[in-house]
Amino acid sequence: MSKGQLYPTEPLKSWGMAKKAREEFYLDYRDCHAKGGIRWAGGAWALDALTYGLGDDVFSITSEPYGASCAFNKDIAMKCMETAEKYGYARDLCAYMRIYWGSVLTKGTYPWGGDYPIPDFIYQDHICCSHAKWYQVIVDHEPQIPMTCIDVAPGPFMPGTDVQIKPHQVKYVADQMLEAIEWLEKTTGRKFDDEKFIEAVKTECINTSTWANICVLNKAVPAPLDEKTMYSLYVLNTLCKANKRITPVLKEVYEETKDRVARGIAAVPNEKARVMSDTQPPWGFLKVFRYLERYGVVSIGSLYTFGLMGIWEVKEDGTWGGRTLPWEKGIEIKTREQAAYVNADWNLSKPEFQHFYHPKYKTRMMTRIAKEWKLDGVMLHYNRGCEGLSLGIAENRLGLLKAGVPVMIFEGNMGDEREFDEVATMARIDAFMETLGLKKDY
Amino acid sequence: MITAGVDVGNKFTKVVVVKGGKVVSKAMTATGFDPAGAANEAYDKAVSEAGIAKGDVQKVFATGAGAIEAKFANDTVTVVSADAKGAYTLFPAARTVIDVGAEEGRAIRLNDQGKIADFAVNEKCAAGAGSFTESMARALEVPLEEMGPLALKSDKTIPMNAQCVVFAESEVVSLVHAKTSKEDISKAVHDAISGRVVSMARRVGVEKELVMIGGVGRNVGFVKCMENGLDGMKATVLDDPEYVSAIGAALLAAE
Repeated sequence: MSKGQLYPTEPLKSWGMAKKAREEFYLDYRDCHAKGGIRWAGGAWALDALTYGLGDDVFSITSEPYGASCAFNKDIAMKCMETAEKYGYARDLCAYMRIYWGSVLTKGTYPWGGDYPIPDFIYQDHICCSHAKWYQVIVDHEPQIPMTCIDVAPGPFMPGTDVQIKPHQVKYVADQMLEAIEWLEKTTGRKFDDEKFIEAVKTECINTSTWANICVLNKAVPAPLDEKTMYSLYVLNTLCKANKRITPVLKEVYEETKDRVARGIAAVPNEKARVMSDTQPPWGFLKVFRYLERYGVVSIGSLYTFGLMGIWEVKEDGTWGGRTLPWEKGIEIKTREQAAYVNADWNLSKPEFQHFYHPKYKTRMMTRIAKEWKLDGVMLHYNRGCEGLSLGIAENRLGLLKAGVPVMIFEGNMGDEREFDEVATMARIDAFMETLGLKKDY
Repeated sequence: MITAGVDVGNKFTKVVVVKGGKVVSKAMTATGFDPAGAANEAYDKAVSEAGIAKGDVQKVFATGAGAIEAKFANDTVTVVSADAKGAYTLFPAARTVIDVGAEEGRAIRLNDQGKIADFAVNEKCAAGAGSFTESMARALEVPLEEMGPLALKSDKTIPMNAQCVVFAESEVVSLVHAKTSKEDISKAVHDAISGRVVSMARRVGVEKELVMIGGVGRNVGFVKCMENGLDGMKATVLDDPEYVSAIGAALLAAE
C-alpha cells in the first residue's frame, strides 16, 4: 500500500491496444499511397462515415487530434507555430490550426516520421469559427487539393430533453452529405458504395455510444478511469469514429472498465475527491493531472472527453447515458438517404456542438455531470488556444457556482506552451485544493 | 505555542513570529535574486527581535511565490489560504479580501466562518499589481511613495491601457509630452491598475466588509481609486498590510 492508499489499483490493460490503434491510424494515412489507397484530411467532427463509401483503402487524418499530438511534443509544436507565424498568421488563432499549418509548411515535422503527407482531398465540416478557414489556408498554399465543406450548424439538439431538433434541420445537413457523395465520386473517380456507407454509419453509432457508456462507468466511486488515461482512449473516436477496426478496442475498454468497477479498482488509489476539467488540456503539461493525485483527487473526465466524441441522451430515469442505437428504436437504415439522415441526426446531438448555440447548454450538461458523477469541484481551462470550445466559459463558471459547484479557473493554451504558466497553475491548484479541505498525501 | 510565518514574496520577504495568537515580532528583507538567503535573513531578524532562540519556535509555515525557498519551514501554505486566515483573524468582519503585492493581485471571498468561498488570482501579467505603479513612477520620474498622494490631487479621468505595462508606459510618456500634469497621470495609472483588481474582485463577488492587504495597501491613491471602482465601497486597510500573509501562515502553523 502506498501512502494514503484507500483502494486497490492496477494498470488499464486495454491501454496498449488503444495506443496501437492510434499509431496505426497515423501510419495508414502516411503509407496508404504505396498500396494505391486514398488519403484525405478534415476535422475530427467531419461526417466521415461518408468517405467509407469510397472503399476500404481510404484513410483520413483529423486535424485537431493531429494538432494535439504535435502539441504533446513541445519541440515539434514550437517549430510548427513559429513557421505559421513567419508566414504571417496571427498568434492568437486556434493553436491546433497554427500547428497544422506549420506542419504542412515545414519539412520533417510529421510526428510519425517524414514530411506531412499531403492529402488527396479535403472534406471538412463547419461549426467552429476556425473550421472552414483552417483548410482554406491549406488550399491557398496547396491549390491542387480539392476541398468541400459541410455546414453542420442548423441548431441545438439534446436528446431526451426539451432541446429538440426539427426534421428539416437534420435534412439540411443530410442533403449536403448527399451532394458531397457526388463530389467525392467526381473528385476520386471512384464509385460510391452505399452498403459500405451504411455499415460505417452503424459503426459510428456503436463506437460513439460505447464511448459514452464507458464514461458512465466512471460514475462509480472509486473512479475506474482518470482523465489523463481517458485522453488515450477517447482519441480513437476523434480519429476514425466510423471505423469498425476500433469497435473491438472500445468494447474491450468497456468490458475492462466494467470489471474494474465490479472489483473496486481505482484509477487513483488515494481517491478522496473528484473533479472534472473542461476543454482541451494544455497537452504539453498533462502532469497537472498527476499533481492532483498527490491530493487524492481524480479528474473523472470532462464535457470535452465525454462529449467531443461520445453521443448521449437523457434516459428514462433522468440520468445521462449512451444514446440508444437507431435500429434499437426501429429506425431503418437501408438506403443512402436514410443513412445520411441518421448520421446527420446522430452527429447533431454531439454534446460539444451545443454550446456553440448558447453557453446555457454547456452549463446544463456540466452541472449534470457534476451531480451524477459526484464531483467536489470543477477546473475550467480558459483556453486561449481554442476560441470555439472556450466560448462562453465565463458564463459556465457563473452557472456552475450558482448550482453550488466550486470552480477553479486557470488560463492556458492547449497547444502553445508560451501561454501556459506552469508554476502559477500549480499554485492555483494548491489554493483550490486547500479550499476543498484537502492536503497532499505525498 | 510559538510559531512563525514566512512570506517569500516577489519583491520582499516578510517574517512574523506569533506567540499565543499575538504577533511578537516581524522583519522584512528584499527578496532579490537569493530568496533562500532572504528568507534566512528575515527569519533570523524576526527571531532575534522576539528575544527568543530558533529552537523556541515550534513550527514554521512558509507562503508566497518563493515559499519552497524557506528550507527551514515545516510546511508551505498557499497565499490564498494565508491571506484568508490572516485577514479574518485580524478583522473577523472581513468577507472580501483584496491582496495586491508587487507582482500578483488576488481577491478572496470568505464565508461567515472565515472559510474561502471563492478566489481569483491575476494571470501572468503584472498589470494589476504593484510593479506596474513602480514602472509608471519611473516613467514619471516620481518617487514611488509619492505616486498615491499625487493621484489624490486629481479629479480627472484619463483612460489608459492597463493591459500591458509596456504600452501603458508608452502612454505615460505621450501624456507627459502632452503637458498632462503628474497628478492627472498618476490618477490615470491608479485608475488603470485598480480597474484590473476591481474586475477580479467582482468575479468572486464583493461583499462587505472589504479588507485590503498586501504592500499596495499602503498606496492611498490605489485604495481610493479601487473604492471608486467599487461604487464607493470603503476598504479597510489592515495595519502593516504587507505582513498579513505571513501572519496567516504563522496562525495556520499553530493549528
